[in-house]
Formats: sequence, structure tokens, C-alpha cells
Amino acid sequence: MEILVYGIINSIILSLIALGFTLVYSIARVPNFAHGALYITTGYTAWLCMNKLVGFPYPLAIVLSIGITAAIGALIYRFILIRIRGMEISEIIATYAIGLAILEGLRWGGLRGMTFTLPPFVPGSMDILGVNIDYQRLIIGGAGILIFLLLYLFTHFNRVGLALRGIAQDERAAMMLGIDSDMTAIASLAIGSGLAGFAAILLLPLGNIIVEAGYNVLIFAVAVCVIGGLGSWGGTILASFIIGFAQILTERFLSSHYTMVVALLAIVITLLVKPSGIFGKQKELEERV
Amino acid sequence: MEQTRKERIDRGLKVRTGGIYAISSGREIMYLVGPRLLLIVGILLVPLFLEFAPYWKRVVNIMCVYALLALSFDFLANYVGLVCLGGAFFVGVGGYLSAIFNVYLSIPMYLSIPLATVTGAALCTVLLLPCLPLRGVYFAIVTLMYPLLFTRVIEALDVLGGTNGITGLDGFPNQYVEQYAIIVVMLLSLFAMRRFVSQDIGLVIRGVKDNDQAVRASGINVTSIKALSVFIAALMGCFGGAYIAHLYMWAGISLFALDFSIIPIASVVIGGGGTLVGAVIGSFILVPLSESLRFFGTLRIVIYCAALTGFIVFKSEGLMVYLQRKYHQFERWVKV
Repeated sequence: MEILVYGIINSIILSLIALGFTLVYSIARVPNFAHGALYITTGYTAWLCMNKLVGFPYPLAIVLSIGITAAIGALIYRFILIRIRGMEISEIIATYAIGLAILEGLRWGGLRGMTFTLPPFVPGSMDILGVNIDYQRLIIGGAGILIFLLLYLFTHFNRVGLALRGIAQDERAAMMLGIDSDMTAIASLAIGSGLAGFAAILLLPLGNIIVEAGYNVLIFAVAVCVIGGLGSWGGTILASFIIGFAQILTERFLSSHYTMVVALLAIVITLLVKPSGIFGKQKELEERV
Repeated sequence: MEQTRKERIDRGLKVRTGGIYAISSGREIMYLVGPRLLLIVGILLVPLFLEFAPYWKRVVNIMCVYALLALSFDFLANYVGLVCLGGAFFVGVGGYLSAIFNVYLSIPMYLSIPLATVTGAALCTVLLLPCLPLRGVYFAIVTLMYPLLFTRVIEALDVLGGTNGITGLDGFPNQYVEQYAIIVVMLLSLFAMRRFVSQDIGLVIRGVKDNDQAVRASGINVTSIKALSVFIAALMGCFGGAYIAHLYMWAGISLFALDFSIIPIASVVIGGGGTLVGAVIGSFILVPLSESLRFFGTLRIVIYCAALTGFIVFKSEGLMVYLQRKYHQFERWVKV
């Protein structure tokens, strides 16, 4: 029972982490390697707003920090990625460099040690089906499901959302219908970064805000996306459930050191068996980017 | 309004040195040999100049290791089309293997380094084999994870010395052997790689990067070509790792550190991708710079990353391509 409950929560955590990455990749075709850095930035900004600056109330700090992260994402595209779009190698190196610069810059700027924490929304815990679980994890589960629903509604019943999907499906046809490719890419980076920030706000109360978490988040996001098929949303969610349960099982029966190993092994196995991922759109191996 | 545009024309000297007539006079020969000789002699003389600065001698060693790694990244990324974000993987495998050979099997150093280089490269190739059909983003992602995976496995299983690493490797007999070993290997691999990519197999390799379907249609096995390229790149990386392990007389998980992945990439971008020499020049600029910035701690990673992004966005050709153009061509403004 414990495995079931924690497995579901862990899977939702993973899919929250991966959602921003897969959204950016499916729309802007940019692998956003700065994803982990944006995640940590949000947590740190929220911490700064609450503790160093005027002492904003928690909800305001959350909104502000997510907004700032989304703006950073948009600016990264507007000023850097727009110039190198389509050059894969440059895109990978540039986003990776930006992410590293942000993370190591934060580390240099004082983000070290265990003193940086965000408080949980509602302290305490309760029993569900005989399993003790704290409220924060329950909120994560609820908020995760809510955000999936909102994203679904946004991309199916909203002009901007439809434009984003149009660009994701066929960029040229969408451009012919008057959708600005660069504007949607900026929007997708802003939303993707905002989602990274949202995940950070939900997940960071479970632990400390540390730079290493940024790298781990990037790795898990990438792992989930590769297994689910890059750019496929359904695949992302399914893959996060697979990895989520696999991790909980290894943590239970082996040791928590192996959770990363499981994710990596899953990637290697997926690449061997079905290289385009579970729901990958590319049929042939050679078509893969 | 009168419009002008810039015109670039090859220098007469360059045209004359294109064929057999290059040996007609000393000036032509110097034009061809000069820059190469400058690099070779310059690098060979550096240890002698640094006689009174032992700390900087160490920096030169590390600089040459990074130059090797940058060469291997440049070859993989710009000739084969495989962006390998995990250069540290090669370093780690080479370093650990040479430590195993030297400490556990007590093989002497002058055998353990070459042995670790070859077996390490073979091991890296085998481990990367499942990922070789991938390109671009996918390969970058997977290679980024490999060093991290090995760090975790070593930590978790507590094998190979665990977090303390393996100590007690043989050191180099004296400073000159230590320095010239890496300098000579670096120069040899630089010129060997230049020669390698201009041969027939180099053409096939570039074909794999540009259009692997066409290569396959010509009846050439793409994956085996990629495996060969990874093996060659891993040779350089593993030698670097084995050398570092013996230099510090220690092999630990810091051999899988991020620095070994990111600095070579930055050097290639700054030096100019696809030129091979550019990779070496880039690391000659970056590594001493990063040493002098050591005082700033992790801020130096921020500085490279900023330089890296700046170069990618504003000067994506890199220094070496720019210099080559200035060396071979002159520019003038002409009326349109």
C-alpha cells in the first residue's frame, strides 16, 4: 500500500518536473538544458522574497518568483536562442552553458549549505489507507493533476494554446495561417520555465534548496522525456509513472543510491528496445533529431 | 547613395603555396611551416621558461590534458556529429583503469597508462554502443548522464575505494618526463587527427555527420563508423584520465567532475569548431585564465559559460577560423 501511494506521488513529482521540458521541446524544438537551473532559481527567488527582502507573504512570493522565472525563460529565447535556432549543437551547448552559469552563479552568490528551505504549505500529516503521508505531498498530487487539466484545457480551448499546438504539429503550415513562430517559441519558453518554477515551489518544501538539486531535476526531466518520447505529452506522463514506481521499488528493496541508476538504465533499455520512446512520433531511428 | 561591400581575396602567397612550387623559396616554405612550427616549438619551450614557477608547470600539464579532451570533443561534434557532453566519462574510465592496473595488479606506470588508454577506450565504446544510433540531442543527453551514473554507482556500491578513491599510484620519475609526456602526446594526436580527417575515412565520417542515409545507401555501416570514431575520441580522453591519475597519484570520483566536460566544450567553441587546432588554442587560452581566476571559486564556471554563450551567439566561427582567414586572405571594400 505504501508503495502504491508513494509511487503515485513520486510519479506526479516526476511528471511535474518533466512537463516544462517536454513542452518547450515539442513547441520550440529547443532542448532546454537550463531547465534545472530555472527550477532552482524559482526556489531561491521565493526564499529571497520571503527572508531577505521586505518579507513578502508566502503566496505573493510564490507568484512573484514564478513570474520572474517565466520572464527569464522568455528573455533567454528572445536574446540568445533566437539567434542560433535550428543549429542543434549550438542550441544544446548554449542552453547547457546558461543553465550551468545560473547554477554555479547561485552557488557563488551564497546558495550553499542546508539553510535554504521553503516552508510547506500546510504542515502536518495524515493517514490514507493506513499510510502516513504529509499534507505537502497530498497537495503536490492534487496540484499536479490540476495542472495537467489546466494545460489540456489551455491547449485545446484557447487561441494561444491552439497556436502553440499548431506550431508543434507543423511549423510551416502554422506560419502560413499567420502564427508567429518566434512569438510562440517565446511563449512556450515562458510557460515551460513557469512550469519548472511551479514544480519547484511545490517540491522544494520537501527538502532543501541546493544547487545539486538543479542537476538532478534536469537529469530526471530528460530521462522521463526520452523514455516517453521527446515532445510527446502522453508519453511523458506514462514514462513518469514507470520511472516513479521503479524508483520507489528500488528505494524500498535496494537503497536510495540507486534511484538515479534506475532512471539511467531505463533510458539505455528504452533506447535499445524502442529508440523513439514509448509514444515517440518519429517512426524511424534515422529521423530522430 | 554609393554602396560598397567587402571583398575577400586569397593572398598571392597562399595560391603559390598550393602546389609543388611551395618549395621554390624560403618565404613560401615559411608561410606554410611557420604557424605550425610556432605552435610546436612554442609549446615545447614553455616548460623551460616556467623553470622558476613550479605551480604553473602543473597548469601546463592540465592545460595539455584539456587540449586533448577538446580535440576529442571537436572531432566527435564537428566531424562525426555526436555532441558528447560527457568528456568526463572518458577521463574517469581512463583514470580508474590505470589506477586498477597500477595499484591492484601492480603493473608499472609506463605500461599501465597505455594499457588503460586502449582498454579504457574499448570499454567506453562498448558502453556507448547502445546510444550510437542516436544523434544530436539524444546523444548529448545520454552522454551527459554517463559520468553521473558512474559516480553514483561507485558511491553506492563502495567499490574502487568508494568516495575516497584509489590512492598510491606511481608518480612520474621527474618533472621533465611528466611534462613532455603529455605535451608530446598532445602534439602527436593533434597532427595525427588532422591527417586522419583528411583521409578517405575522414570523408566517410563527415558523410555520417551530414547525411547518414546517403552513407548507408553507399553500403557503409554507419554504426561501425561511429563506433570507430568514438573509440578514437575515447583514446584521447582515456589517455588524459590515466595521465591525470598518475599525476596526482590518485584516482577518485572527481575524475568524473563537470570541469572535464565543460571546459573542453568551451575551448572548442572559443577556438573554432572543426579546425582541431582551434580546440587546442582555445584550451591554451581558457585553462590559464581559469587558473588565474581560481580565487573566485565557482564564479569562474559562470565566466566560461558567459564566454561560451557570447562566442556561440556573436562569433560562432571562433578564433581560429578568424585568424586563418586573416592569414590567407586580404579584404578590401569595392563599389557595388
